[in-house]
Amino acid sequence: MTNVALVALACGLIISLGALGACLGIGMMGGKYIEAAARQPELMDKLQTKMFLLAGLIDAAFLIGVGIAMLFAFANPFVG
Amino acid sequence: MAAGSNAPTASEYIVHHLAHLNTSGSAQTNIVDFSIINIDTLAWAIGMGALMAWFMYRAARMVRVEAPGRFVGAIEWLVEFVHEQARSIVQGDIRMIAPLALTSFVWIFLMNAIDLIPVDLPPRIAELFGIHYMRAVATADLNAPLAMSIVVLGASIYYGIKIKHPGGFVKELFSAPFGSNIIVAPFNLLINIIEYAAKTVSLGMRLFGNMFAGELVFMLIALLGAAATWWGFGLHFLAGLGWAIFHILIITLQAFIFMMLALVYIGQAHEGH
Repeated sequence: MTNVALVALACGLIISLGALGACLGIGMMGGKYIEAAARQPELMDKLQTKMFLLAGLIDAAFLIGVGIAMLFAFANPFVG
Repeated sequence: MAAGSNAPTASEYIVHHLAHLNTSGSAQTNIVDFSIINIDTLAWAIGMGALMAWFMYRAARMVRVEAPGRFVGAIEWLVEFVHEQARSIVQGDIRMIAPLALTSFVWIFLMNAIDLIPVDLPPRIAELFGIHYMRAVATADLNAPLAMSIVVLGASIYYGIKIKHPGGFVKELFSAPFGSNIIVAPFNLLINIIEYAAKTVSLGMRLFGNMFAGELVFMLIALLGAAATWWGFGLHFLAGLGWAIFHILIITLQAFIFMMLALVYIGQAHEGH
């Protein structure tokens, strides 16, 4: 395999595995939030703020990975 | 940019748009290079800071006892919201912390919002003035978000020393979280250093990753429009519209997350472990 092929594979792996973790995490958290909202509707607004905060935190590592993968795709620092 | 038959390829287009206007005149070769300053990041960050200061000053001048207008009402709602968050998260004197949170939220939001301007527009306008590289989104440069998170780190260390006094602060570095046994003291110190480093780096890189990825997707969508066909233009418009609408949520959310985490970290410096 050429270097270009390996870089492309690497970018795909970074983005896909990160997306896997992030989507599972947000899915689980969102499900718990909806359950809690169904049990206690009066807490829905308060919890919504915290839910968005947590969504941003969960997405963080994934998006850092996307940034790095994009960097490799277009401005590869390891190449010449 | 393009001259006659020599139009840039897709990679060249993106690499050109990712290049900063810096003091060395050419692209940065090392990952860390303290001798180079990204002038475009500095200029846009300072410009957005001035815009923020002007906005808030105007709103503060227009505050009156009788019914406020929409602009003043919106700013008042924002200030109360940040004050409420600061009060509930930080148990202590928030006279300097709540303004820090408000500043970071509004400033980061304004810097992020530049991302909604079409990708080619600021570079083209800069081209008219002879500037060949221009990255307009200051938070899409790693330097700016990391600098802000280092300021948050500095604030949390400052408040830690101020609240717990230097002796107490150092003692806590060595005695949390495993207890004050002398044998585990080095491990405590190591864990505390790692904790501070991880909090700082993650705070900065979260904002950077979101904004850099968003900007890059905008550039890729712009490449769609470069295929001068009807479907190229159509996809460019539709994908750009969808991504821009999603991005409105992201820029607000990321500014909010930065503000909340800054409050949480400074609040953690107030309480003991």
